[in-house]
Amino acid sequence: MRVVAAMSGGVDSAVAAARMLDAGHEVVGVHLALSRSAATLRESARGCCTLEDAGDARRVADMLGIPFYVWDLADRFQRDVMDDFVAEYAAGRTPNPCLRCNEKIKFSALLDKALALGFDAVATGHYAQIVDGPAGRELHRAVDAAKDQSYVLGVLTAEQLAHAFFPLGDTTKPMVREEAAARGFYVAKKPDSYDICFIPDGDTRGWLTKRLGEQPGEILDADGSVVGHHEGAYGFTIGQRKGLGLDRSAMDGQARYVVGIDRAANTVTIGTADLLGVDEIVGMRALWCGPVPTGPSRLGAQVRAHGEEVPATVEADGARVRVVLDRRIRGVAPGQSVVLYDGTRVVGSATIETAGRARHTEPAS
Amino acid sequence: MTAYLDHAATTPLLPAARAALIEALDVLGNPSAVNAAGRGARRLVEESRERLAGALGATPSEVIFTSGGTEADNLAIKGAYAARRLADPARHRLVLSGIEHHAVLDPVEYLCASQDANVTFVEPTPDGVVTASSLRAALAQDDPEDVALVSVMWANNEIGTIQPIPDLSAVAREHGIPMHCDAVQAVGHIPVDFAASGVDLLSLTGHKLGGPVGTGALLARRDAQVVPQMHGGGQERQIRSGTLDVAGTHALAVAVETAVHGLDAEAQRLIALRDNLIGGALALGLGIEVTGAWTKGSAADRLPGNVHLRVPGTDGDSLLFLLDAAGIDAATGSACTAGVPRTSHVVLALGIPEDEAGGAIRLSLGHTSTHADVDAVLAALPEAVARARRARGAA
Repeated sequence: MRVVAAMSGGVDSAVAAARMLDAGHEVVGVHLALSRSAATLRESARGCCTLEDAGDARRVADMLGIPFYVWDLADRFQRDVMDDFVAEYAAGRTPNPCLRCNEKIKFSALLDKALALGFDAVATGHYAQIVDGPAGRELHRAVDAAKDQSYVLGVLTAEQLAHAFFPLGDTTKPMVREEAAARGFYVAKKPDSYDICFIPDGDTRGWLTKRLGEQPGEILDADGSVVGHHEGAYGFTIGQRKGLGLDRSAMDGQARYVVGIDRAANTVTIGTADLLGVDEIVGMRALWCGPVPTGPSRLGAQVRAHGEEVPATVEADGARVRVVLDRRIRGVAPGQSVVLYDGTRVVGSATIETAGRARHTEPAS
Repeated sequence: MTAYLDHAATTPLLPAARAALIEALDVLGNPSAVNAAGRGARRLVEESRERLAGALGATPSEVIFTSGGTEADNLAIKGAYAARRLADPARHRLVLSGIEHHAVLDPVEYLCASQDANVTFVEPTPDGVVTASSLRAALAQDDPEDVALVSVMWANNEIGTIQPIPDLSAVAREHGIPMHCDAVQAVGHIPVDFAASGVDLLSLTGHKLGGPVGTGALLARRDAQVVPQMHGGGQERQIRSGTLDVAGTHALAVAVETAVHGLDAEAQRLIALRDNLIGGALALGLGIEVTGAWTKGSAADRLPGNVHLRVPGTDGDSLLFLLDAAGIDAATGSACTAGVPRTSHVVLALGIPEDEAGGAIRLSLGHTSTHADVDAVLAALPEAVARARRARGAA
C-alpha cells in the first residue's frame, strides 16, 4: 500500500514509519506544520510543531530513504483545534485538543489530502491496535497499558479506521525506544511530550487569558458564600484543586475542589471531594467506531486519557448517549470525552454534556 | 526514469570545473604565505582571479572571493550600508525590488531591526520587470539624499525575469547612490559585463553555473566603499578575511570561464527546451499559466532555463510531491530550510492574488537537461494536476 507516515519528529512516529517500510509498504514521511508563528517555531523546545522537530523527522526519513514533506495544515489546526479549544473553555467546558486533532486534522485533513493524492492510508505512532474483526476493522487498546492512546483515537469512525495504521500497538514504549536506538535513530532518547503542543510552557490559564481577557468573578463555597475571586471562570476545570487562590482556607481543614462552573453568572463553585463524585453522564456528538449499540449495553467508560475504566450501562439515542456508571468517579467535566470500551475494543465516544448522580435504579428498558 | 529540473537550485559540476577542483586540491600552501608553497598557491588564486574577471568584464582587483552568493549579498548590503552611514549618518534608506532573494531581503530586514534602516520597495510590473521609471519614483518617495544603497537582482531566481540593470544603475548614478546587483542566477547564463552594467557591487556564486558549492565572489568597483563583515587576516582587499580556498577559486574561475565562453550556444539550446516546455504545458488544456515575461526564442526578458508555471486550483506542495513521485525534481520557488511552504513573495509582488499564487512550480533547466526531461514533465503534468486539484478540494 501507499502510506503517509505522519512524522512528528518524536521517537514513536519514527519507529512507526520504519515498521511500515519493513512491512513492505511504499512510505512517504509527512510532518504537519501546525503553527505559522515563527516565534513558536524557533523558541519552543517541545511540542509537535517546532522547527527542530521538523528537522528530527526529516533526519529519520532521510535515514530510512523515504521522501519527506512538510504539509502546512496551520489554518485547519487554528480553526478546528485552537479556536475550538478557546471557545470550549469560554463556554465553561474542558476540551481535549488531542482528540480534536485526531478527529479533524490527522484523520480528516491529513487523511483526506493523502487519499486525494493517491495514498491508501495514514500511519501514526499512536499506541493502539487495529484488529480485523467480523464486522470490519476494530480499534483496541495497546499492549502497553501505561502508554495506551486508544482514548484519544476514540473519535475515529470505521471509515477513518479503514485507512489507518498504528504499528506500535503491540509494543511497549521501552521496546520502541530500544528499537529506535538499534535502528540508529538519534531521537531514541528524545523526551516524550506531555503538554498541549500549542501551549509548550504548560500555562493553559495564561494562554487562555491572552485570548479571552480577564473576566473577574467570585469563587463560592457550596453554601453560596464568597470565599475568593478569580480572573476568569474559563481558567478552571471541574475537579481542579491547585491554584484556586482562596481568600481563606476551609474551616474543616478538608481540601477544596472546583465542583461547578457557571459561565452565565461567571462564578466558580468549590466543595469537598465527596461533591465531585458522579455516576451519570450524558454525552453528545456520539461517534461510533463500528456498529451502534442497541438497547442498554454493558460497556466500560473512560473519561480522560490514562484515566481508569469503569463498568457502565450505556444507551445510545442518535447523536446522544447516556452512561450510568456502576460507581461514582471524580473530576468529570463537561467538554471532556467519554470513550466506551467492550473489553479492549473501542466502541465509540461522545463529548460530555452533563455529569451528575443517577438514582441507581435499573435503566429503563 | 528521473528528470532533474531544479538547476536554479543547484546544477551539476561542469566536467572542466570538476577536473580543475580535483587538480588543485593537492596544491600545497597558504596563498597569504611568503614561502615557496605560498607563492605557488597564490599564483593559482591570482590566475583564477584574472580569468574570472576577464570573463565578466571586471578587473582582477575588483574580485573578492566569498563562500557563495549569500555571503556576497550580505557583505554587499551590510558592508555598503555601514560605509555609507559612516560617511553620512542621514543615509538610512535602502531601496530594493520587491522580488529580491532572501539573501538580500533578510540582511535588509536585519538592518531595519537593528541599525535604523528603512526600506523602500520598487514593485515590478505584472510581467516581473523593475523599470527605470519605477526606481526613479521609489527614490523620490523620500529625499534621495538619504538613500544608502540600491539593490536590484539581475535575474529572478523564481520566475526568471531579467531586469534592465544598466538602465537602473544609470538612475542610481543620477543621485550618486551606489548600486548592488545580485547576479547569482544571471552569471554564466546570460551576458553579464560588470563594467558595462554600471553597478558598483555584484554577487555571484559557483554552484548555479557548474562550479562547486561554497565558492562565489563579490565584484566590487575599486571606489566602492564596503565595511568588512568578517575581520581577520585582511585578505581580499581587507574586505573579506579568511584563508583563500585555492581549489575552490580555481574551479570557480574555470566554471565561469567555461559557462561564459559556451553561453551563446547553450542559451539557444536551453531556450528551445524552455519554449517547448512552456508551450507544451500551456497547450495541455489544464488552465496552466506562465508567470512573468516570456518571449519565444529569446532570452531578452527571461532566463534561457527558467520555466515558472501556475496551476489554478492546486497547491504547489501537492504538485511538487506528485511530480517527485513521477521521478521529476521540481521546486515551488526558492528552497526553504524550514520546509514549511509559504506563498512566494515574488509571485505576490506581481499582483497575483494569494489564492492563485500557491499553485506554482518552477522547472529550471541546465547543462544536463534534454528533450527527454521536457517530455517527462509534459507526460506527468495532466495526472499530477488532476490529483493536486482533488487534494485541494479534500484539504
